[in-house]
Amino acid sequence: MLRSLHRWPGLLAAVLVLALSLSGVALSVFPAVEAISAPAAVTGQTVADLAAKVLATHPTVEQIRRAPSGRITAYWFVGDTPGSAVIDPATGQDAGTADPSALKTWLTDFHRALLLGDAGRWTTAAGALAMLVLSASGCVLIARRQGGWRRWFAPMRGPAAGRWHGELARAAVATLTLSALTALWMTAATFDMLPADEANPAFPAQVSGQMGLSPAAMPALSSVPVAELRDLTFPYAGDATDAFALTTAQGSGFVDQGSGALLDWAPNGPWARVGEWIYLLHTGEGAALWGMLLGLLTLAAPVLAVTGTLVWLRNRRNRPALAGMARADKAETVILVASEGGSTWGFAKALGQALQKAGGSVHLAPLSSYAPASYAAAERIVVMAATWGDGDAPASARSALGLIAEAAPHPTAPLAVLGFGDRSFPVFCGFAEDIDAAARAAGWQMLLALDRIDRQSAQAFARWCAALGDAIGTPLSVIHQPEPPRTLPLALVSRRDYGEAVQAPTAILRFALPRASVIDRLLGRGLGRFQPGDLLGIVPEGSTVPRYYSLASGVQDDFVEIVVRKHPGGLCSGLLLDLAPGQAVRAFVKSNPGFRPDRSDAPLLLVGAGTGIGPLAGMIRANARRRPIHLWFGARHPQADFLYADELDGWSASGHLATLSTAFSRSAARQYVQDRLRTDAERIRELVSKGGRIMVCGGREMAQGVRETLAEILAPAGVSPSSLKAGGRYAEDSY
Amino acid sequence: MKPLHAALALTTAIIAPGLASARPVTLTTNLAQYGGPGAYLAIYVTDASGAYAGSLWMAGGRSKYYRHLSDWSRLTGGDAAQVDGITGASVGSGRSLELTMDLADKLFDAGYTLHIDAAAEDMRESPNEIAVPLTTQGAGQPVQGRRYIADFTYAF
Repeated sequence: MLRSLHRWPGLLAAVLVLALSLSGVALSVFPAVEAISAPAAVTGQTVADLAAKVLATHPTVEQIRRAPSGRITAYWFVGDTPGSAVIDPATGQDAGTADPSALKTWLTDFHRALLLGDAGRWTTAAGALAMLVLSASGCVLIARRQGGWRRWFAPMRGPAAGRWHGELARAAVATLTLSALTALWMTAATFDMLPADEANPAFPAQVSGQMGLSPAAMPALSSVPVAELRDLTFPYAGDATDAFALTTAQGSGFVDQGSGALLDWAPNGPWARVGEWIYLLHTGEGAALWGMLLGLLTLAAPVLAVTGTLVWLRNRRNRPALAGMARADKAETVILVASEGGSTWGFAKALGQALQKAGGSVHLAPLSSYAPASYAAAERIVVMAATWGDGDAPASARSALGLIAEAAPHPTAPLAVLGFGDRSFPVFCGFAEDIDAAARAAGWQMLLALDRIDRQSAQAFARWCAALGDAIGTPLSVIHQPEPPRTLPLALVSRRDYGEAVQAPTAILRFALPRASVIDRLLGRGLGRFQPGDLLGIVPEGSTVPRYYSLASGVQDDFVEIVVRKHPGGLCSGLLLDLAPGQAVRAFVKSNPGFRPDRSDAPLLLVGAGTGIGPLAGMIRANARRRPIHLWFGARHPQADFLYADELDGWSASGHLATLSTAFSRSAARQYVQDRLRTDAERIRELVSKGGRIMVCGGREMAQGVRETLAEILAPAGVSPSSLKAGGRYAEDSY
Repeated sequence: MKPLHAALALTTAIIAPGLASARPVTLTTNLAQYGGPGAYLAIYVTDASGAYAGSLWMAGGRSKYYRHLSDWSRLTGGDAAQVDGITGASVGSGRSLELTMDLADKLFDAGYTLHIDAAAEDMRESPNEIAVPLTTQGAGQPVQGRRYIADFTYAF
């Protein structure tokens, strides 16, 4: 619901918001230009002094106005020829033309009414209203995506378009909301929907009938500082019954031209006073710096319109139809999809096609349409559920848990639940877990145990499909690679080999960073930005499925480095370890924002084993600030696979690395890294008590072992890896 | 523009009791290229003593801006009801406004003066931009304006 509340006004308003924001940005420059170009104000000057000076220069002056920006303009006639000029208040002399800039007039009319008069004003007001709805719904979506209002400002994760959309929105939402609200106020005022209480006193019944007193001597004008002036209209020349009309920030009144006394005065009402502030906040006129800031932040709006549309288009594209789909009551397999980004639909379609190819009939539908009673011919039901943000359901499937809890399970068909998510989020596949629990509670018979796919891994999905095939007696081979990544050739520069002696051939491979022009980078054709801990996807020749390796370098290192161990029969690792300098592989970068050091100065505890040292070494190399980094490294033998041994020595000497603790499983000591952690338990507790952050990289079993060991070590201190993780102080990257 | 009988519903001073003693008059206001947003124009009549007799037309729909038509505003006390039903759109730079209305015969050659106040956003107020005596001889004679109005003509 909320998502569609954000989507539809967004798409409808995208063009309108684009037009309004761009013209608004252009207009925001004018107050600043005016503030710079206008003659300086004279501190403490009174209207009496100003009026006398202008009168000396222009004896037939009719009107003096002061704009909110401080610009003073005088209007007069010489004979029948109208004259006007910007006035230097210090001298009363002309200081430029008073004619409004044609560009500003046009832009103002466009911004306010799209050059269409009242119909245009209503249209732009609708645009402002759409902006308001977008801002409000967007705020809630960010909170949901971030996993709560308290994490609203926390770093964002996820794919680029969505992340940019969110980051920019966070920066600009306050001022965009303010612009929209003030625009609506001003529209309401224009159409007389707000009370009008601007002072409008009646002309005084009686004037002195005298004339000729110099404005300089008028007490009523002497008591008003120029900074308060809005408008001073002179009496008609030679008309003794006329009077000065004075308008200030506070109200309006008349001044006798003979006595200089205030004849009548009416103050502005509260609506008019608020209206002046609204005008200043919206236009920046009279607050040039604010105007510039507003304009700068408003620049985000067109980018938001574009990125928002991109997100929507991508989601739409990722929701493919399944050719030859059976009706819900005729299908043997019913696949129900809960997808946020839409990519889960791609996996569902791939599974559906594989089942069709094997002779089965398939019905594919969103999980929100869950209705087990209507699946008359179903032999199995598959739920594929993505998780949004911190364990939340995708918006399209928010009602699903309730439906599952309420409806009776299918009488014969069992259920299989597969979760899609991202391990870098605090609650990985939380929604799929909720579905699984709800289904079990409702009495469903489960076909397979709940499984989870991390970051759209094609391999994990293929494994799960194979398991599904085993369970239903139909061999299934499903390869689904979402959005084939754009790869670049990377040429090997150097390699350092380890581990032959312990039957674990391992190499540190260093590739040249491909040069990318600015255009390439803008079009996303380069490798992109990356840091140690991000992933390098390598697509072996003759395969469509990429393998991922943790990057041991960042883009500022000017090279691309990974650590690879040869797996028996491994296609990609074999290819990489056969690579000679000068030869190239095709690769791309995938960001892994969940495995990055924070930017604090707190101690950083790195724990790695085997090739898991790679990203950790990259982080130490990048530690130019000399943050205290403590490394625990486990390998087999100091002479065989002590990766980065020389560099680690150098980094210890240079202060990049505070302490190095090693454990070797095939040396005399026969120590695993967990054992070494236990030895250092006291020190680890102390570092953690100082706010230390822990990052673990290695094989899945090693990572689990380290987690359990650290849980034991930290228990006396009253913390655990999971409590640290909840606070963003424990990160794991395992494979 | 179609004849505006509504113009009759002004004040008793300028209304003839029946159409027999009124005649259709065309008011043509050609605006100068003053280079600004649409101008507000108040067209009204004063009697021989200079007292307000009634309004004929208001070009510009937002009453909150009428205060900038300063003579009209002063004469009427800013009373927007004076132009109820005889209000149209503001007139753009270089455009012209043509109105046809039935005006009482006794308005002519009796000391009445037709005035136009003009103003545009962020530009000067130009009260009494046009002040032309209503006479039979004066019909068809263009009168020059000062800032916003190139010329104004009333014709039978």
